[in-house]
Amino acid sequence: MKLRVKFSKNGCMKFIGHLDVMRYFQKAMRRAHVDIAYSTGFSPHQIMSFASPLSIGLTSDGEYFDMEVNAAESAEELKTRLNAVMAEGIVVTDIRRLPEGAKNAMASVAAAGYIVRVREGFEQGVPFAEAVERFQKEAHAYYVKQTKKGETTLDLKEGVHTLSFDQNAVTMMIDTGSSRNIKPEMVMECLYSYYGKQRGDFDFVIHRTETYGRADNGAFVPLSEAGEVF
Amino acid sequence: MRTLALPEEILLTIEKPARYIGGEVNSVMKDRSKIDLRFCMCFPDVYEIGMSHLGIQILYDMFNRWEDVWCERVYSPWIDADQVLREKKIPLFALESQDPIRDFDFLGITLQYEMCYTNVLQILDLSRIPFFSTERTWEHPIVIGGGPCVYNPEPIAPFFDLFYIGEGETMYRRLLDLYKEMRRMGADRTSFLREAGKLPGIYAPQFYTPHYHEDGTLSGFTAEDDSMPLTIRKELVTDVSSTYYPQKPVVPFIKCTQDRVVLEIQRGCIRGCRFCQAGQLYRPVRERSLSMLKEQAIQMIDSTGHEEISLSSLSSSDYSKLPELLQYLIEECAERKVNISLPSLRIDAFSLDVMSKIQDIKKSSLTFAPEAGTQRLRNVINKGLTKEVILNGAIEAFKGGWTRVKLYFMLGLPTETEADIRGIAELANEIAAAFFETVPKQQRREKIQIVVSTSFFIPKPFTPFQWAPMYPKETYIEKAYATRKAISEQLNQRSIKYNWHEADVSLIEGVLARGDRRVAGVLLNAYRRGCFFDAWSEYYHHEEWLAAFEECGLSIDFYTMRERKLDELFPWDFIDCGVTKQFLKQEWERAMAEEITPNCKQKCNACGAARYGCGICMEPKGGA
Repeated sequence: MKLRVKFSKNGCMKFIGHLDVMRYFQKAMRRAHVDIAYSTGFSPHQIMSFASPLSIGLTSDGEYFDMEVNAAESAEELKTRLNAVMAEGIVVTDIRRLPEGAKNAMASVAAAGYIVRVREGFEQGVPFAEAVERFQKEAHAYYVKQTKKGETTLDLKEGVHTLSFDQNAVTMMIDTGSSRNIKPEMVMECLYSYYGKQRGDFDFVIHRTETYGRADNGAFVPLSEAGEVF
Repeated sequence: MRTLALPEEILLTIEKPARYIGGEVNSVMKDRSKIDLRFCMCFPDVYEIGMSHLGIQILYDMFNRWEDVWCERVYSPWIDADQVLREKKIPLFALESQDPIRDFDFLGITLQYEMCYTNVLQILDLSRIPFFSTERTWEHPIVIGGGPCVYNPEPIAPFFDLFYIGEGETMYRRLLDLYKEMRRMGADRTSFLREAGKLPGIYAPQFYTPHYHEDGTLSGFTAEDDSMPLTIRKELVTDVSSTYYPQKPVVPFIKCTQDRVVLEIQRGCIRGCRFCQAGQLYRPVRERSLSMLKEQAIQMIDSTGHEEISLSSLSSSDYSKLPELLQYLIEECAERKVNISLPSLRIDAFSLDVMSKIQDIKKSSLTFAPEAGTQRLRNVINKGLTKEVILNGAIEAFKGGWTRVKLYFMLGLPTETEADIRGIAELANEIAAAFFETVPKQQRREKIQIVVSTSFFIPKPFTPFQWAPMYPKETYIEKAYATRKAISEQLNQRSIKYNWHEADVSLIEGVLARGDRRVAGVLLNAYRRGCFFDAWSEYYHHEEWLAAFEECGLSIDFYTMRERKLDELFPWDFIDCGVTKQFLKQEWERAMAEEITPNCKQKCNACGAARYGCGICMEPKGGA
C-alpha cells in the first residue's frame, strides 16, 4: 500500500538539510513501529521518496513524501503514532492512500506556494504593492540564471501563477520541479530590479505554504489530493 | 519554540548549523525553575565526533534521571563558528537551553585524547571562564575533567578545578550533593574544592604542589595540608549489570562518526598488551549480563530508530556469552531490518560465520592488529596473536569469499629492529600468498587488497612501557620509509597498500601524555599562538608548538627521548589506577626479556586490580 505523507517543518528544523530530513524520517519510522516496506538485497532500505527538496533556511507547511507500507490501520492512528516520535518543529499533518499507478511525489510536483517577508533589519524600501502591480502588467519578466554551462534566460511570467502583496508579505505560487524550477528569491530579485535594488543572501524569510501537482483538468491541487482518506 | 543563541544569518552562513541548535530526538529539556543544579557536559572536539561518544551518553542519561539536575551538552565550535563567536562576542552556549556555559554550576569535560587539550582552552575562552582554576569565582562553573587522559592530569591541572578519576557512575551524586549543601551554607569556592578533593576518586589539583630535581625530574608531590589525600584511587563500577545505561540515547540530525546504537558489552580487557593504556586502566574485566544487554539493545533500537547496532568493548571476542548475544541480536535485528557491526572481533571460524550472516562479504574487510611484524616483538608487547593464527584466519576468510584485509602495526616499539620492520612487509606478503594458494585463479572474483597501516608508538602512563623512550622525528620517518621499502621488495607488493601517520604530532602527543605540570604553560602558549583542533592534521601547526616549547623553556626531548629510571617518581604516581607500579615494572622487565604474560582468564598475575573485588578477579582461572 502506497501512502502519501504531508508534514510541516518549522522552527529550528529549518536548519536541517534535505538529506538529513530523509534520514530523520527513516529513523522515525522505526521509532513509531511503522510497518514500512523494504527493498530486497543485502542492505535493504525503506521504500520512501520525497517530493521536492526544501532549501536550508526555509520553513514549510507543505512537505511531502511517499512510502510503501505492508499494512497500516487508519491514517489518523498512523499520524498519531508518528507525531509521538517527532522532534520539535516537524509535524505530520496528513496521510493519504495513493491509488494504484499514481505518479510518485517527486514526479507529481508542478508548483509550490510561498510567503516571503523581508527580514527585519534588511529592508531596502521597495514598494512591494506597486512592484507586484508592475510585474502583473509587464508582458515579460526575464531572469538570467547562472548555470554550470553558462547563463540561461527564462521568463518568470511563464512560471509565476499568482503573485500578491498583503500584510507585509509577498505571496506567490510558482513553478517547481524538474521542468521549470523557479525559486522565490528569483521573483523577489525581479521586483527589486524595478527599483534598481539588489537583494542580499539573507534578505528574506521564506515559508513554503504548499506543494502542488496538476489535476486531470490542469488545475493546481495540493499533492495530497492525489490520495484518498482512509 | 526555543530561542537560539546564534542569529539566523550566522547559522545560515556556517557549515552544518545543526551542530549548534540542539533539539535532537531524545535530548532533554527541563524547567529551569524546577531544578537545583545545571551541568554542562563537554566533549572538546567537533559535534560529529563528540556525539559519537558513549561515555557522555551514559552520564547525560544518569544526570537527567535525577530530578534536581539538568544536564546539557556542548562541543567545540568548528573553526568557522569559533571565528563568528569571537567576532560577534557571543558567549559559548549549551545546546539544549542555548544558555551561556558561564551560567552553569558545572562544566564537565571529557578528555579522550591528548591532542584535544588546546580545545579545552578554546571552550574556556569562548565561555569566558578564566583559564586558571585559581582565578575563578562562584561566577564561574566548577570545571571538572574526566576520561582516560585524567590518569595523568598534570599537564592540564591548572585549568581544572577538579578531576574525576575513574568511571563516572559512582561518585557524581555525592559530589553534586556536597556542592548543593556547601552553596546553601554560603561556603566559598575554595572550601568547596577542598572538600570535594576529599571524596573518593576526586582530585583537586590546586591543593597540591609538584617539586623537581635539578635535572628536571620530579622530586616530590605534596599536598597543601594533611587533610588532603596523597593518593587518589580510581572509581569503578563493581556491578556493571545493575547500573546506569541510557535507554534513550540522543539521536543527532546530521551524520555522525558513530551513527548507531552502541551496546557496551563489558569493561576492561583480559589481554594485557603492554602498549595499551585502556587495557590497564579499566581492569578488572567486568561483563554485563546477557539479560541486561538483550533488554538494552532492543530498548535503544526502539527509542532511537538507528539502522545499526554496534557492540563496544576492547576485545569483543573475549565476552563469554558472545554466541548467545549474537544469536539473539541477529534474530531481533533481522526482524527490524537493523544492521549489526562487530568491531574488535578476533578473526576465527566463529566470527567469520557470524560476519557472513550479518555483512556483505564483498563490501567488508578483515581487520587484524598484529601491532608488530615478528613474533619476537609481539612477545615484547605481549600481543598474543601469532602468524599461524593470522594466516589461518585469513585462509578461512578467503575461502569464505573475503578479499580485503586491513593490517595495523605500530612503529617505534621498544626493542624494535630492522628485522621487525621487515617482518611487517613479510607478513603482508605471506597473507597475499595465502590468498593465491587458497583461491584458484578461476574463482578469484576480485583482486586481493591488503592495506597495511602503521602508527607511531607513544608510551602512555600506567602501562608497562611508561618507562620507554621515544625516537627522534627523523628516526620515525626512516622507519616509515623502511617499511615502505620492505613492502616494495615483496613478491606480492602489488597487492599491498601502505599508509602511515605523521611523526610531528606523535612527539607532541608523547609530551602531553607523560608530561608534568610545567607543560600547562606550553599548552596555553600554543593556544595563544592559534593552536586548536590539533587532532585534525589540516589544523595542526607544528611550528607553533615548537615555538611554544622554546618560549616556555621546556625541552620536548626531556619528555620524549629520555629513558626513565625504574625508580623515577612520575607525575601521575599519586593516582592509584588499581594496577600497581610494581606490577608494571615487572611487566616492563618481562618485556625486555621477551617473555609473554598469560591473560587474566588463564592466570592471575597479581596486577593489583583484585582489590576492587569484582569481575574476572573473582572468577576461577585456567580457561582459554
